[in-house]
Amino acid sequence: MAQPPAVRDKDWDYLPSAQTAEMVSIDDRYGLYIDGKFRAPRSRRYQETINPATEEPIARVAEAGARDVDLAVSAARTAFAGEWGRMGGGERAKYLFRIARMLQERSREFAVLETIDGGKPIKEARDIDLPLAAAHFFYYAGWADKLEYAFAGVKPEPLGVAGQVIPWNFPMLMLAWKVAPALAAGNTVVLKPAETTPLTALLFASLTAEAGLPPGVLNIVTGAGRTGAAVVEHPGVDKVAFTGSTAVGKGIQRALAGTGKKLTLELGGKGAHVIFDDAPIDQAVEGVINGIFFNQGHVCCAGSRLFVQENIHDHFLDKLRNRLGTLRVGDPLDKNTDIGAINSAEQLQRIEGLVSAGLEEGAELYQPDCALPARGFYFRPTLFTGVAQSHRIAQEEIFGPVLSVMSFRTPAEAVEKANNTPYGLSAGVWTTKGSRILWMADRLRAGVVWANTYNKFDPASPFGGYRESGFGREGGRHGLAAYLKGPWS
Amino acid sequence: MSRVAVRKTHKLYIGGAFPRSESGRSYPALDASGEVVARVAWASRKDLRDAVRAARSAQPGWAGRTAFNRGQILYRIAEMIEDRAATFAEQVARTGASAADAAAEVERAVDSAVWYAGWADKFAQVHGNLNPVAGPFFNISAPEPTGVIGVVAPAQPSLLGLIHRMLPVIVSGNTAVVVASEPWPIPAVSLSEVLATSDLPGGVVNLLTGPVAELTPFLAGHMDVDGIDLTGAGTELATTAASSAAENVKRVVAGRDPLDRSPYFIADFVETKTVWHPKGL
Repeated sequence: MAQPPAVRDKDWDYLPSAQTAEMVSIDDRYGLYIDGKFRAPRSRRYQETINPATEEPIARVAEAGARDVDLAVSAARTAFAGEWGRMGGGERAKYLFRIARMLQERSREFAVLETIDGGKPIKEARDIDLPLAAAHFFYYAGWADKLEYAFAGVKPEPLGVAGQVIPWNFPMLMLAWKVAPALAAGNTVVLKPAETTPLTALLFASLTAEAGLPPGVLNIVTGAGRTGAAVVEHPGVDKVAFTGSTAVGKGIQRALAGTGKKLTLELGGKGAHVIFDDAPIDQAVEGVINGIFFNQGHVCCAGSRLFVQENIHDHFLDKLRNRLGTLRVGDPLDKNTDIGAINSAEQLQRIEGLVSAGLEEGAELYQPDCALPARGFYFRPTLFTGVAQSHRIAQEEIFGPVLSVMSFRTPAEAVEKANNTPYGLSAGVWTTKGSRILWMADRLRAGVVWANTYNKFDPASPFGGYRESGFGREGGRHGLAAYLKGPWS
Repeated sequence: MSRVAVRKTHKLYIGGAFPRSESGRSYPALDASGEVVARVAWASRKDLRDAVRAARSAQPGWAGRTAFNRGQILYRIAEMIEDRAATFAEQVARTGASAADAAAEVERAVDSAVWYAGWADKFAQVHGNLNPVAGPFFNISAPEPTGVIGVVAPAQPSLLGLIHRMLPVIVSGNTAVVVASEPWPIPAVSLSEVLATSDLPGGVVNLLTGPVAELTPFLAGHMDVDGIDLTGAGTELATTAASSAAENVKRVVAGRDPLDRSPYFIADFVETKTVWHPKGL
């Protein structure tokens, strides 16, 4: 194993800088949000949500059963047939603008709750997740009364009831990606948040009630996979939107075959990050760090495969190892934390399993020597060198802070290797040569290509996958198509 | 004594060549009155795999052509159909259409080919756009072809339905493996001869004749096919095919009106790619 150069004096350290959590109040128990009210689940089942940073229980959250999902879908149907369905786009827009504004107003409260429930660093929840979620509502609010201009020759009509299932890595942001375009287009929603991160969605439900959003327009049914299956397979649902693993996505696509339901899938990825020898090296190192360690690597578009041009490989890796040593891993509520808690024990186990597979298959592991909190789920920032294309860590999505490093000689080789997975969500290119950026961007089979930057998101910018990373786009004008009738549906 | 006519052997069209089925099988294509018009090739699973391989190897080159050039070639297809309009009309009439309806169908096929030809270098402008993101970035979204697309052509109208399902697939740079109308395959076989003489590179369209119920599951389950149009499959077949298509997350389209055309049908088999780059000195 290569030895890391000394990066700093070991005695020097940061002082704690805790974000206060006093503005957040958490109930002991949460019901389901159906038809504008929180209700006890008919299933009578609850499950615990814990803080992954401490393993302490936070609250008990209802687990919606088939009957509960039924009630939610029929509330959504009634709202679609009623006030919301008849409402003009201009009025819908004002509700969405109002929601966007209220989210901005309570941004810190949501960010803290997001961090407590999910384990992400507060600086990310505060500076990225919440501002982007609010921006998403703001962006789509503006579309609600302009839909006839979105797609030439298409008279815009909503689909009806949208059943949406979202993941645990960006709970509020994924909610915004799903709910904002659905409501802007005039649909009503039944949304199932992830099992391990339900709390911000429930807080959001109460925010929409405060905003005066008519009952039934947005329904939140918490639960695990079974609840999600009940939502997507419910015959009263006209449109299904899912973000999550490729395996579950394939199951949904299979289950929906022949039903006539509209489907969009945003699934896994194994993003390639390609560094040419003429790249601005220090910026590229920062891009690679952000690409794989943002949100503990729990990012479908993470740059989890690094391809460095052979002649700068060793130099680049020295810098990268050095930078790994400066990352702060620990309490997500600390404002200096770079890498927070792994979202769940289950996910930690999956990461550990794939890291073991990497070692077994002969790759070389590097981890900085950093202390981890005694309790909670944590994993050191990790990089593997000596990785072969066929290794599991080069093919499978790890969804954790683990980078697989490979090298290449020519641009053509970089393209071939970058495209060599069944996925196609994201890719990154670092070079100062403009024509090469465009040449690479044309050939990388990925829905998002970041050139000389990485992990940038914007509500105006369409996002989604090629191949087994899913289909459909979220964000921008393209994101509306998934929620409107048209010649495409 | 009258002259003995020379009959045509109706073959498959794979990778720009006209092979018989490797299986050695054929089936009789009938006319509307039940009389045998000709025997056509009964494509096998192996033929279908060969067709997918041909489509895959032709795809980067076809997508790499300029949009202008793809438009020129689609227009050439229109010219070549028009040139053989009488033959096509006669073949369509034998499927049961009146002579006038058959001639009208051929005219519409030509006109739709011209229509899609024109979309080649306009579609990206309608489907893509610059995105005004909240930061100093150049951010653009544009459509790219999905890859290799399977098309189960509608049984009828035998020519127009095929044109309407095939052209929106290839105009963006996809390549296609097409299963022709099973009961009325003759116009499809003639169309393959048009394609072969229209400057369309070999492998961009591969046309198979044979039993739809047998070929569709192979096409839907093939891991190197990226999308499938099941318009020509019946409801039950389309459902099982759509289900197996999930194995590699194929883009699936079913139940389109074969008489309809739309730029949004081009969008069925494209992937929107978004590219970001910082702006700065």
